[in-house]
Amino acid sequence: MTAPPLARRALRHPSFVLGALLSAALVAAAFISLFWSPYPPAEIDIPNKLQAPSAAHWFGTDSLGRDIASQLLVGAQNSIVVGVIAVAIGLAAGVLLGCLASAKRGWVEELVMRAADFTFAFPALLSAIMLGAIYGPGLVTGIVAIGIFNIPVFARITRGAANAVWSREYVLAARAAGFGGWRITTDHVLPNIASVLIVQATISFATAILAEAALSYLGLGTQPPQPSWGRMLNEAQSQLFTAPMLAVYPGVAIALSVLGLNLMGDGLRDLLDPKLARKR
Amino acid sequence: MSVFLAKRLATFLATLAVASLLVFGVLELLPGNVAQMMLGDTATPETLAALEKKLGLDRPAAERYGQWVLGLLRGETAVSVSYGTPTAELIAERLRVTLPLALLSMVLTTVLALSLGIYAAARHNKLGDVGVMLGSQLGIAVPSFWFAILLILLFAVKLQWVSAGGFPGWTEDEGGGVVDGLVALALPALALALVQAAILARVTRSSVLEVMREDYVRTARAKGLSRRATLWKHVLRNAMIPVLTIMGLQFANLITGTIVIENVFVLPGIGRLVFQAIANRDLVVVRDVVMLLVGVVVIVNFAVDVLYALVDPRLKPSDA
Repeated sequence: MTAPPLARRALRHPSFVLGALLSAALVAAAFISLFWSPYPPAEIDIPNKLQAPSAAHWFGTDSLGRDIASQLLVGAQNSIVVGVIAVAIGLAAGVLLGCLASAKRGWVEELVMRAADFTFAFPALLSAIMLGAIYGPGLVTGIVAIGIFNIPVFARITRGAANAVWSREYVLAARAAGFGGWRITTDHVLPNIASVLIVQATISFATAILAEAALSYLGLGTQPPQPSWGRMLNEAQSQLFTAPMLAVYPGVAIALSVLGLNLMGDGLRDLLDPKLARKR
Repeated sequence: MSVFLAKRLATFLATLAVASLLVFGVLELLPGNVAQMMLGDTATPETLAALEKKLGLDRPAAERYGQWVLGLLRGETAVSVSYGTPTAELIAERLRVTLPLALLSMVLTTVLALSLGIYAAARHNKLGDVGVMLGSQLGIAVPSFWFAILLILLFAVKLQWVSAGGFPGWTEDEGGGVVDGLVALALPALALALVQAAILARVTRSSVLEVMREDYVRTARAKGLSRRATLWKHVLRNAMIPVLTIMGLQFANLITGTIVIENVFVLPGIGRLVFQAIANRDLVVVRDVVMLLVGVVVIVNFAVDVLYALVDPRLKPSDA
C-alpha cells in the first residue's frame, strides 16, 4: 500500500494547517503593507492620540497619535526581514561547516564542533550588547547577532544528519566508484538532509522573531521611525495605566507569528520524517 | 571517565581563554579607540589623552590583556568611567538582585516543568496530556518580556497588589527587607520561568515516555511493581539525563532573559547596569559584564557535562 501524497497528508495534519495559516497571515500582512497601510505608520497626529479602537483606527492610536493597525502591519515586514536574513546566515555558514566536518572527519570535524560549542557561549543578546555598545544599536547589529548564533545550531544539525547519510551503503558505493567528498555531499548528502534543515529553518525563524522583538524592546534592534513589534511594546509600557491595550496587540502579533512557525515546523517534521514523528 | 573529564576540562579552559580574547579583541578593533568612543567627537585632545592614560591605552595591547585577565581573576578590575568605582564592586552590588532572580526562576522552572512533564507523560494521549502540550506550545511562543508586561498589567494595574516595578532592597536600612525583596522578585521570576518551563516540560514528557518504552521498565511492571513505583524507581532517574542537558543549555537563555526582564521591571541588577553602561558609553563596564556572563554560561555548561558523566552510568566503565 502506498502512502497518501504529501499534500493530502499535510491537509489532514491539524497543527500543520493551523501553523501554515498563521505563517501565511504573517507573510500576507508584510506583503500588503509594502503597498498599503491604513495610515503612514510613522505619521504623528497628536490631536488624535490614545484613541480607542474605531472604524477610522481599528486598534486605536498610540501616545503620538500613530495608527496602531498600520504599525502592526508594517512591523510584520521587520519580523520577516530579520527572520529570513538571520536564518540565511545560519543556514549558509552552518550547513557549509557541518558538511565539511562530516566529509572530512578527524581534526576538521573536531575543530568545527569545538567552534560551534564556543559560539554557544555567546547568546544573541550578549553579542548584540557588545556590537551595539561599539557600533551603535540598529537592525543590522541585531540581525548579525542573531545570525551568528544560528551558525552553530545549523552546523551541529547538519553534521549529525550528514554523518548518518555518510554511513549508508549507497554512499559507500559512490566512494568505491571514485566520487569525491564534494560530489557525494552535493549529490547524496544534501538532498537527504534537506528535510531536517527545512524543519530547523522554520523553528529558527520563530526564534529569530522572538530575539528581534526582545532586542527592539531593549532598544538594540530596529530604530525609529521603522515600526517594530518589540519597540511598540516598549513604548506601550509607559502608557500601561492610561492605555493598557497598547501593550496587548503587538505581543499577540509576536506570539501568533511564533506559534504559527513552530506549529508548521513540528508539522513538517511529522510529515517529512515519519520515523521521528512516531517516536514523539 | 577521568579521560573524559580531563578532555572536558581542557575544552572548558580553552573556551574561556578564547572567549576572553574575543571580548577583549572586539573592543581593540574599534574604529578610533575606546577613549574616543567613550568621550564622543566633542572631546578636547587633553581630556582624550587623560582618559587614554587612565585606561592604559598608551601601553601595548598584550600587556593590557594580561592585566585585564589577572585583574578579573583577582577581583581587581578597572574603574568605571561613569561610576568612578571598580567594575567588580558595581557587578557585586548588582548581583545581589540578579543572582536571586535567576535562582528563583530556575527553581520555579524546574518545579513547574517536572511536575507538568511527568503528569503529561503519565496521562499520555489523554486530556491532561493534550492540555499540557497545548499550554507549552503557547508558552514557547510568548516572549518572556511581553508575559512580564501582562503580569504587570494584571497584578499592578488592574488588581494593584504589587508595584509595577522597582526593588526595595534586602535590608531594612535600604527601606525594604527579605520579604519585600522576594515579593518584588516574584513576578519577574514567574515571567522568566514560563517560557523555560514550557520547553523543559516538553523535554521531560518525551524523555519519560521514551524510558517507559524500555525493556527493563516492562520487566519491572511484569514482576508486579505498580505503575507508580516503576515511574519513581526506574523511569525518572534515567529520564532525567536529557532533562539535565537541556537545563544546562537553558541556563544561557535564563541569563539573557534576566537582562531583559530586569529592564521590564526596572530592577537594579546586571541587566540594568549593562544598559546604563551602553547609554553612558562606559565600555569598561560593558566588557566586564559581558565577560562575566559568558564565563557563567561556559562554567554552567562544563558543570552539566561533569554531572552528566556522574549520572549516566553508560559513561562510567569506558572513557567515552
